[in-house]
Amino acid sequence: MSALLQTTGLQLAFGGVVAADSIDFELYSGERLAVIGQNGAGKTTFINICTGFIKPTSGRVFFNGQDITQREPRHIVRLGLARSFQLPQLFLDHTVRQCLEIAAVGRRGGLSFWTPLSDAVDKHEVDDTLALVGLRERAEVSAMALPEGQRKLLDVAMALMLRPQLMIMDEPTSGVASEDKMLLMDTVMQAMRERQVTPWFVEHDIDIVRRYATRVAAWIAGRIAADGTPDEVLSNSQIRREILGDR
Amino acid sequence: MTTDLMLLAMADGVSYAGLLFMVSLGLTLICGVMGIVNVAHGALYAFGGYTASSLTLLAMNHEPSTFTLLLCLLIAALLVGLVLGTGLEAGLLRRVQHRDPVQQLLMTFAAFIVLEDLQRLLWGTQPYSAPEVIGRLGTVSFFEVTYTTYQLIIIPLTALASYAGLLFFLRFTSLGKQVVAVTHHREMATALGIHAKRIVWLTFVLGATLGALGGAMAAPTTSMVPGAGADMIVLSFAVVATAGLGQISGALLASLLIGLTRAVAVYMAPEWEVAVPYLIMVLVLLVRPNGLFSVAQARRI
Amino acid sequence: MVRNIAWAGALTCLILGLVFPWSKTPLIMGLCYAMASLGVAIMMRAGQVSFGHALFAAISAYGVAFTARSFPGTDGLILVLVGMLCSGLAGAVIGLFVVRYRGIFFGMLNLALSMVLFSMLGKFYNFTGGTDGLRIQRPDLLGQTLERSDFETALLVIALVCSALLVWLIQRYFKSAAGEALSAIKSNETRLEYLGLSAKRILWQGYVLSAVLVGLSGALFVLVQGLVTPDIGSWFRSGEYVFITILGGSGHALGSFVGAVVFEAVKLFASAYMTGVWQMLLGVTLIIVILVAPDGIMGLLRSKSDAPKGDKP
Repeated sequence: MSALLQTTGLQLAFGGVVAADSIDFELYSGERLAVIGQNGAGKTTFINICTGFIKPTSGRVFFNGQDITQREPRHIVRLGLARSFQLPQLFLDHTVRQCLEIAAVGRRGGLSFWTPLSDAVDKHEVDDTLALVGLRERAEVSAMALPEGQRKLLDVAMALMLRPQLMIMDEPTSGVASEDKMLLMDTVMQAMRERQVTPWFVEHDIDIVRRYATRVAAWIAGRIAADGTPDEVLSNSQIRREILGDR
Repeated sequence: MTTDLMLLAMADGVSYAGLLFMVSLGLTLICGVMGIVNVAHGALYAFGGYTASSLTLLAMNHEPSTFTLLLCLLIAALLVGLVLGTGLEAGLLRRVQHRDPVQQLLMTFAAFIVLEDLQRLLWGTQPYSAPEVIGRLGTVSFFEVTYTTYQLIIIPLTALASYAGLLFFLRFTSLGKQVVAVTHHREMATALGIHAKRIVWLTFVLGATLGALGGAMAAPTTSMVPGAGADMIVLSFAVVATAGLGQISGALLASLLIGLTRAVAVYMAPEWEVAVPYLIMVLVLLVRPNGLFSVAQARRI
Repeated sequence: MVRNIAWAGALTCLILGLVFPWSKTPLIMGLCYAMASLGVAIMMRAGQVSFGHALFAAISAYGVAFTARSFPGTDGLILVLVGMLCSGLAGAVIGLFVVRYRGIFFGMLNLALSMVLFSMLGKFYNFTGGTDGLRIQRPDLLGQTLERSDFETALLVIALVCSALLVWLIQRYFKSAAGEALSAIKSNETRLEYLGLSAKRILWQGYVLSAVLVGLSGALFVLVQGLVTPDIGSWFRSGEYVFITILGGSGHALGSFVGAVVFEAVKLFASAYMTGVWQMLLGVTLIIVILVAPDGIMGLLRSKSDAPKGDKP
């Protein structure tokens, strides 16, 4: 089976910092990948490179066998790779529903100058996605008025509207109260299952990692220091020392 | 084009660049700290010029020395910078500091139009001039070209002194370093105990004084008329944009570039004189979208 | 509610024009200001302020003047279309370059380009008539040769019809997929890119549209005045467009027209009672509007009426 996402020799340095040190990486459809590591280890930079936001100094990224290294985010997104962000990136002047509607027309391209936005999209699909993340009742609320947890859900929902094969989620539960983290993650992962999307999430909360991931990749200083099942990686002594803080 | 004309053009250019630099320096300083381009800066220039002329005319009644006349210019600049600068910053801009940058910009535009009319009320529409100090300082000759001492020596010297003074202030004084801190990251600076509000006020007044100084120094060389402020704000925009927002040394180079090119244009292709600064800006921005010397900001998502 | 205001406004204009013949020209000019401001409003929805959009009024107006003088007898309506075509083409070309910039650089580039044109129009006397400008003969309209008074009435009707059409069409644009994407540029351009859309392309489309609108206003302006001077492209004129847009609000297409009415009213009031300080009055008005009603008059009206919860215009 060919890899959904593959990187070969991915390299990026800025200033004196090596953010990505010759990364070879493969992700397969159906896996549930959790990425862990300290802040600044390179987890988000790697995501930024894979999604076209920044370009590596050398190395390549392939999605479904296609070389996407030099492509722009808007092209990569069309191929089936979507992401959500550490700080939810929403359209704060629009309503929840409108955010999803804009995402829907994004997928199709070819924006009309005449048809109202809500008529240009498949209402069922929008309602469906809203229900999937539990935001159906808040559909007409301005995105600005949402609390953090719901903002995260909206962020994920917008990406889901793109019907991706691979969804990268950068710290989906950060900034959310501990009591609500599991519920949020349950909702998100259920949505992934329903839509048959391969999830890749960056997490600091190890309980969440254990509960939802089939595979863990641990980053230290721009390299993947460990890559395997949660049991393997989380019992690795180096990982325990440098990332989990066990002394 | 003869050597003489070339030299004259150079002299023109350097003198003009000096004035342009002082104004642009103020503008770029304010831009760095407040993150907005202060359209009202043009009014600061105009007020500086008019006040300088008025002060000079006042002084003329008391048989002033040349030094006194020069002092008048400086005092005018300080006065305008302090009064108008404080009025603008504390009275208006502080109220919109947390808003949309578009609104902040428009606030400065509104302030500008109000000040333009205020200027008209105070000094009328007739040309206003006080060229006395130029005559006092005589001329200087180099090769076979004669030029006024004031324009060739005093103005560029003042500009360089402002530049050196500002750099010294920012790099070696405690207050200056606080300004730099607030420019880079206001919240962080506040967390470190810096009184950001006061620093912002100080920087604004400093920038305003520089703008007014440009006007004050320009006053003896020309007659102040309505519209002088508008011309100057657009020009100093061009300098600041060409150099990059907040780039102090860049502004010096950009002022020289634009000043000299414009002066040469006056002699060689006069119809293009007005357009030249803007053409330079457009050409620079085509190649370097954030200005010649801007540092690429890492986008954070 | 919006429709009522629009109809009331249009009717008032018409009646005023018929009852006070001297008011026709100022009314037409006011409508031109409003149409141009609507063009600026389109850009403002994307969060970009252009201080140089009068550039397109100048391109259109001089295009009309050159055409009218080279081909005398051209129908007035054709001239207007020529003007719009000129400014539209210019907008398309300039837009390709300008949409790569944001914020103050966008504003200043537009300004710089308009300054270049403004200075050239003033200096190249042989082509452009310099600061005296170019005169044109009163053209036929729809084949009819009209006397001054009838000509003005016809232009007023044309201006009103154009305005009504524009309010309708542009408001539809604002609510369309392209229009909502345009306003999404203001909130989060990065996200737009991550949804598969090209922010530059969307902005460019809006830019061309705004250039055509300003061009329409410029063409009508020169027809009613019979004269074009470089002032039509001055940076202060651009500033007035921006001012009107803020005053009325860019939330609804009618905002620019409401803004223009208030703008003209303030100017009139100031020239009647406070001659010599009308600019100060304008400035103070702008300050008050920014502090108190940043979404403009339309923003105020709509928040007081039955706008749905959380739906910001």
